[in-house]
Amino acid sequence: KRAFRESIDIRNTVGNIPMEWYKDFPHIGYNLDGKKIYKPIRNKDELDDFLDKMENPEYWRTVHDKQTGSDVVLSDDQVELVNRLQRGQFGDVNFNECEPMVEFFSSDVMIHPVTNRPADKRSFIPSLTEKEKVSKLVHAIKMGWIKPRRVEDDGRGRYYNLWASEDSSILARHKMHLPAPKIPLPGHHESYNPPPEYLFTDEERALWEQQDPADRKLPFVPRKYSSLRQVPAFSQFIHERFERCLDLYLCPRQRKMRVNVNPEDLIPQLPKPKDLQPFPTTRSLVYRGHSGLVRSISVSPSGQWLASGSDDGSVRFWEVCSSRCMKTVQVGGAVKSVAWNPNPSVCLLAVALDSVVLILSPSLADKQVILSSERLLSAQQEGEEPAEGNGSVVWSEAEGEELNQGLRLKIQHPKAVHQVVWHAKGDYLASVMPDNTSHLQVYIHQLSRRRSQNPFSRNKGLVQCISFHPIRPYFFVATQRSIRIYNLVKQEMTKKLQTNSKWISSMAVHPGGDHVICGSYDCKLSWFDLDLSTKPYKMLRHHKKAVRGVAYHRLYPLFASASDDGSVIVCHGTVYNDLLQNPLIVPVKVLRGHVMTHDLGVLDVTFHPTQPWVFSSGADATICLFT
Amino acid sequence: MGGLQKKKFERGSATNYITRNRARKKLQLSLPDFRRLCILKGIYPHEPKHKKKVNKGSTAPRTFYLLKDIRFLLHEPIVGKFREYKIFVRKLKKAYGKTEWSAVERLRENKPTYKLDHIIKERYPTFIDALRDIDDALCMCFLFSTFARTGKCHVQTIQLCRRLTVEWMNYVIASRSLRKVFLSIKGIYYQAEVMGQLITWVVPYQFSHDHPVDVDYRVMATFTELYTTLLGFVSFRLYSSLNLVYPPKLDSNGESEPKEESEDDYAMNSESYLEKLSALSASLARVVSSADEEEAQLDQFPSEGEDMEKMEAREKELKQQEAQKKLFEGLKFYLNREVPRESLAFVIRCFGGQVSWDKSVCIGSTYDVTDETITHQIIDRPSVGKQYINRYYIQPQWLYDCVNAKILLPVEDYFLGVTLPPHLSPFVEEKEGDYVPPEKLKMMALQRGEKPGNEQEEDEEEEEEEGEQEEEEEQEEDDNGDEEDDEEEVAEEKNLKKMEEQRSQGKSLHVKVTPGKLKVENKARLEQEEKAEEKRLAIMMMKKKEKYLYDKIMFGKKRKVREVRTLPLR
Repeated sequence: KRAFRESIDIRNTVGNIPMEWYKDFPHIGYNLDGKKIYKPIRNKDELDDFLDKMENPEYWRTVHDKQTGSDVVLSDDQVELVNRLQRGQFGDVNFNECEPMVEFFSSDVMIHPVTNRPADKRSFIPSLTEKEKVSKLVHAIKMGWIKPRRVEDDGRGRYYNLWASEDSSILARHKMHLPAPKIPLPGHHESYNPPPEYLFTDEERALWEQQDPADRKLPFVPRKYSSLRQVPAFSQFIHERFERCLDLYLCPRQRKMRVNVNPEDLIPQLPKPKDLQPFPTTRSLVYRGHSGLVRSISVSPSGQWLASGSDDGSVRFWEVCSSRCMKTVQVGGAVKSVAWNPNPSVCLLAVALDSVVLILSPSLADKQVILSSERLLSAQQEGEEPAEGNGSVVWSEAEGEELNQGLRLKIQHPKAVHQVVWHAKGDYLASVMPDNTSHLQVYIHQLSRRRSQNPFSRNKGLVQCISFHPIRPYFFVATQRSIRIYNLVKQEMTKKLQTNSKWISSMAVHPGGDHVICGSYDCKLSWFDLDLSTKPYKMLRHHKKAVRGVAYHRLYPLFASASDDGSVIVCHGTVYNDLLQNPLIVPVKVLRGHVMTHDLGVLDVTFHPTQPWVFSSGADATICLFT
Repeated sequence: MGGLQKKKFERGSATNYITRNRARKKLQLSLPDFRRLCILKGIYPHEPKHKKKVNKGSTAPRTFYLLKDIRFLLHEPIVGKFREYKIFVRKLKKAYGKTEWSAVERLRENKPTYKLDHIIKERYPTFIDALRDIDDALCMCFLFSTFARTGKCHVQTIQLCRRLTVEWMNYVIASRSLRKVFLSIKGIYYQAEVMGQLITWVVPYQFSHDHPVDVDYRVMATFTELYTTLLGFVSFRLYSSLNLVYPPKLDSNGESEPKEESEDDYAMNSESYLEKLSALSASLARVVSSADEEEAQLDQFPSEGEDMEKMEAREKELKQQEAQKKLFEGLKFYLNREVPRESLAFVIRCFGGQVSWDKSVCIGSTYDVTDETITHQIIDRPSVGKQYINRYYIQPQWLYDCVNAKILLPVEDYFLGVTLPPHLSPFVEEKEGDYVPPEKLKMMALQRGEKPGNEQEEDEEEEEEEGEQEEEEEQEEDDNGDEEDDEEEVAEEKNLKKMEEQRSQGKSLHVKVTPGKLKVENKARLEQEEKAEEKRLAIMMMKKKEKYLYDKIMFGKKRKVREVRTLPLR
């Protein structure tokens, strides 16, 4: 106890402050006299502490006083006090917690009051503040602001037979209601132990991981667990439920009619190709000899000769039946177009190259015919001098070596000629010089009088190809997107056909004259019925690539189209005399024979005048005959 | 000429639709309230046929509701309740701000609530409608009942969900209407047939969820609110249809009385009842205590021809169903502690088996492991210490496979420590041309009553099938046959060309006659080729629209065929 007292005497006056504030000072505070209390000279370190702990028997009752920095050994009394307090007892040993209570305020009325004060007045009169409060409550109850406490229903009896009476009045609205589709049922993939073939291979797994979650076929990766014990929780479960909730209230619903068609029913019922014979079916002859791509071919009206013009600068004449090259004429320039005179009594060929149209007399017929063609060519010479014409077109005669080759006439044009065609009678021929900027795109030449004229005074677009009507004096001009039909007698336009294609490549007129087919570079072939409409009667998308050439057969109801995909498609197109019946178009044969070179396939196609044979010329420098 | 100029978008489809924002303004509701209303009332957006017309010329993406639907919402009493709730929240905030605790208490006591009974009745005018739409409700309630009692939603909701799901399971047991079970990696799928409706629900495996952050629990809670109401009414009706007491009570004079002594130390009195119910081990009390249910006999109607066949098929199906209902009758199961107790107990009781478990696992166990009459012990661990001789130790998949196969499968494949056969989905119904896994073929053979011993026959069958497939392949290859022919021709031509060249060069020709090859003309093949060509040509003449459709169909078909071919090769 004394030790305790003594320690009080050297009391530190700094108060209850964190002692680390004095960490950096030599003293630890001030005593009652205002003198510094110095820290013990040497602080105990861990080792000292440990030694103390081991050796000092009083260690357990030694307490470090932070305020003075000294160690205090507790006395027995003090240890006892600490123990009592720790046990939660009173510090005083003598204090009795269980003394009997004195009943001071009891129910018994005593003779002596506790206080003798007279009652206040306020205890007799009603309280004003209380009245205010009560009146407020009364008002609130009257106004319905305060409601009686609600009786809590426990939910047990909450449910009853809701559908006891099923009235149909609500059903009316329900007719429009679309019930949400049910969740698709899980397949074998989803099993915890699926057959091994349903598990992902490494590639499939890599693909699955790469794919966007929206593109994946399965929203999860199939897994296999050897026992039910090992199956973990599915991490996306809440997600999936939530997605379903969103679908239910956010997704627009629409009744979709799922087409349940048999694909076979979609295929149109067409007459069998076998019933539509004859048509060319097999490649029977190949004409080889050209070294460049063969741009144009033409068959003589007798059907015995075939002329072809190629990029190698030559025109070759072939015998159709033997595929023998009878004659080769070097014209010196890539031949754009060749056309045999359709008049059987003359034997002439028009050839277009660069800006010249040449008239060749191949002399591949009997003498009579050769003579008559010579006469036709020389008819003008005997008459007056060649007319001055339009000035830009110059007619000249071939001389010397060229004459020996069979060249007769040269018609020099101002621009490059792309196509040349004959009129059915064989006296007129027309040539095309595509040019977007001028009206000088088409010339019509009269052979017998050596005269040329430009029928159009205005430019109506880039002319692609032209054709004469086989019977009537009509003239077809195909520009980039439409076909115009002009009446040559009245000198006016009678019709304009809309092809609905981007760029016309070729055109052919039916021998009857009422139908036109027209191929385009956007793979389409359109058939026009001139009596029906100016819109195509039928659009055929048979080819995979640009259509290069089209042709009608003169006698048989056949037409063919040649395309860059290397195929020639022969279709049967019956035209009825009855105006009410539309033409029947049936594809009958896909002919392949040309090799693709430089992305070009078949360049030109033409029919034999009398037989159901078709010739095609290709970019592989060959000509094929299909019979 | 005359009349007023018609204004755009004042008639026609533009007036039939309303955008979401405009609808919200019309109803004077906040977006969450509008969302809640739409969920509760089952209003969904509609996709107009001509979106641009409806959107007044704009192509901006907007959701459209039918104006009629929104008008219909205008008169909904629950909209008023929403507003009341909004006012309540405002008042409460004010009271808090003023620290008027008595006012806060009073307000809390009078918190506005609403009932959804009329909405349920309106959305599902007939009971069958409600049953048809109960799939989602069940899935949702089963999910919510597995949530922890903290955090994501109100404890009452979770308890209610648990109660309703237990009631539902008890009903399914009582009516024995479970048909299919499937253990997937997501959870366990159950399919029951209730009043002719197939109802499928999925229960997640018993694990605590790690709640994703990108899920809006308010939406889920609103759905659950609706679904609990729906499920409660449906349960009531279903229970009354079976003459069961609702809310369900355990049958007091049932033969399988749970042991009494363990109850007190298991749970509080109020909770123990639900726990006992959810143990699924005892049967339920009936309003009219009936003896054995009379079996519904299908009346015989005089019928002819096709009807007769149909009737017979139906009768057969019914018989099979009856047999399935009694699949586990007479068997006594004991569940080890590592197997999913609730699911297994549910399945076993659905098919009339007796089931028990260790009494420390759950309340309501009826017998111990030591019971000698146990026939099957379900176990899912690699080995077991003490084994009884007179029972099978099998893995839990056996039960599920038996249910799906509708027969008791041989137990050998499912013994302790044996590699399990694959578990197949019972929901897949293979159509002709689909790939059928070999396990399914085996199971079908077992169903037909064939012994697994004569597997060879099956193999032969399979081979036959394969043979057919090969034939098909050949057919397809025929299409490519043309090209081969072409190649031959090309080769011949080359020969010819060579000869021609030699001739043109003027060299003496090697006069040599090579024997020509006889080309065998396969008539059938030629015919096929012709047919194929005809078809190809006809396809060319298809209209654009039809061609597109045709290509799509054929693409799908080809993909399917490819899948069927590649699957078994893995």
